[in-house]
Amino acid sequence: MKKLNIDLIIIGGGPAGMAAATQANDNGLEKVLIIERDCELGGILQQCIHDGFGLISFKERLTGGQYAQRYINQVEAKGIQVKLNTMVLEITSDKKVYAVNEEDGLLEISAKAIILAMGCRERTRAQVFINGARPAGVFTAGAVQRYINMEGFLPGKKAVILGSGDIGLIMARRMTLEGIKVEGVYEIMKTEGGLTRNIEQCLNDYGIVLNLSTTITKIHGNKRVEGVTVSQVDASMKPIEGTDRYIECDMVVLSVGLIPENELSKNVGIELDSLTKGPIVDENMMTSIPGVFAAGNVVAVFDLVDYVSQTGVIAAKGAMKYINGTLDLTNTYISVNSGENVSVLIPQKIRKSNLDNKQDFFLRVREENEKMKLETEWSDKLVQAGKFSMVKPPEMIHITLGEKELAQFTDEDICFHMRKES
Amino acid sequence: MEKISYTCIVCPKSCKGELIVKDNNEFETSGYICKRGIEYAINEYRSPKRMLTTTVKMLNGTFSNLPVVSDNEVDKDKLFACLNYLYSTKLEAPIKEGDIIVANILNTGVNIIAARDMKIKS
Repeated sequence: MKKLNIDLIIIGGGPAGMAAATQANDNGLEKVLIIERDCELGGILQQCIHDGFGLISFKERLTGGQYAQRYINQVEAKGIQVKLNTMVLEITSDKKVYAVNEEDGLLEISAKAIILAMGCRERTRAQVFINGARPAGVFTAGAVQRYINMEGFLPGKKAVILGSGDIGLIMARRMTLEGIKVEGVYEIMKTEGGLTRNIEQCLNDYGIVLNLSTTITKIHGNKRVEGVTVSQVDASMKPIEGTDRYIECDMVVLSVGLIPENELSKNVGIELDSLTKGPIVDENMMTSIPGVFAAGNVVAVFDLVDYVSQTGVIAAKGAMKYINGTLDLTNTYISVNSGENVSVLIPQKIRKSNLDNKQDFFLRVREENEKMKLETEWSDKLVQAGKFSMVKPPEMIHITLGEKELAQFTDEDICFHMRKES
Repeated sequence: MEKISYTCIVCPKSCKGELIVKDNNEFETSGYICKRGIEYAINEYRSPKRMLTTTVKMLNGTFSNLPVVSDNEVDKDKLFACLNYLYSTKLEAPIKEGDIIVANILNTGVNIIAARDMKIKS
C-alpha cells in the first residue's frame, strides 16, 4: 500500500473543495491535496449549464461550468495537487485517509487536517415511498441533467416531474428545449420547493403547469414507465378520493430534495445535526473531530454556490490555524440555537476565543413572511442582526456579525429569532 | 395607463413587482428592491429577452457535449431558432472557455461562447 504525507487533504473537488484548496495555498500551505472521484474537477457545477451562478462572488451571472472554470484555472495555476478518479473509502479520527484509484491502487494518506467537501446527494424514489413496479424511466433530476448536458443522451420523450425543487424546475426547461414534452410538475406540498425566479423562467416561460398539493400515487409499466396516476392530497398529505388522474409518460423525474453526503463522516463518528443532516460545525467549520473540517453542501444544502465556496474559505482558514497550532481547542463551546421561525442554522456552536473580527452565520426560516427582523438573543440581551423585506424557506440567509456585536457575547448560549418587524 | 406584474428572475430574491405604463409611455415601478428588477420589468414589457444556455455536439472531446452560453440576452421569440441552429453545429476539441462558437447568431447581435474548457479525448 502506497503511503503519503500531506498537510491538508480536501475530499471533493467541487466549489467548496476548490475554494478551500486555493485559500490554503494563498495562505502559504504547500502540501494540499484534492481528492476527486470524478474524472475532472468542478463537481455538479459541470452539469449545471444554466446561468445564475456567481452573482455574489463575481458580480456576474455565470453558468455552472464558467463558475467552476474560474476555480479550476486557479487550482491549476497554483499547482495544487489533485488526484482524480480517486475514491475515498475511509477516514480515521487520527486523520488518515484511505483512498483507491487505478494508478496508485490503495493509498494511505496521513494528513495534519482534513476538509470534507463531498457535497450532497439527491433523494431517490425509495425515500419518497412510491408504490408499484420498478420499471426503467424513473430518474432523479440530477441524473437526467447529467445524461442530457454531459453525456448527450435524451432519456425519454414525455416526462412528469415529481417535486418542485430547483433542479426539477431547471430540468423542466432543459427537457422542453431538448424536445422532451414535460406534462407537468407535481408537488405534494401546498407551496413550491424552488425559487420563484425558477417557477417564472423555467415553467411559466414555457407554459408548464405546476400542480401544488398533488402527488404521484402510482407508477405504471413493467419494463418501461408507461404512465403515472396523480392525486390531489389533503392537509395531512393523504390522497383525496376521486381526484386521481392517469397521465401517459415514459419518464418520471424526481426532484424531491437533497441530503448531505455523509457516509465517510458517519463511519468515523462525526456528530451530525438531525436538521441539516450534515456535521455539526463550529465557527471555523470544524466538526466534532478536531482537525476535521467540513464545507459546502456536505454541511447543509445551500441555495447559492457562492455560499458553498465561502464556507470552503472559512474551513481552509480554520484548518490553517489548526495546523499552525493557533486554534483554541480547550475552551468550552457556546451553543448557537434556532429560535422562532429559524430552522437550519450554521455554525451550531462557537468558541468565543476563536472568533475573529467577524463571524458568518447561515440560516433558513421555517415559514415565508414579509417585513421581518432577525434578532440575536443571549443572557438578557436582544440585538437586531438584520432586516428582511421577505423571507422564504428555500432561501439561505447569510449574515455577518462584526467585532462590536461579537465582543458583547457572554458565555451563555445564543439564539436566533426571525420575528415580524413591529 | 396599464399595470402589469412581473417577477424578476435576475437573483434568487425573485422580487414580485409591478410596472405601470403611463399614458405618456413613461414607466413607473413598485416592488423591486434594486435597479436590476426595474430594468427587467421594462425589458419584459418592451421585448422579453433571456440568456441562452445549451450544449453543442463535440466530435473528439472528453465529453460528448460542450456547454455554451450567449454573451448577452437573446430575444425570447428567437430562442428556439438559435437552439436549432446550434443543434446542427459540431465542434472539435480543444476548446477554451470564452471561445466564440457562433458569432452574431442569426443576426441577433449576440455571440455564443464556450462555457468551459474541453480537452481532446485521449
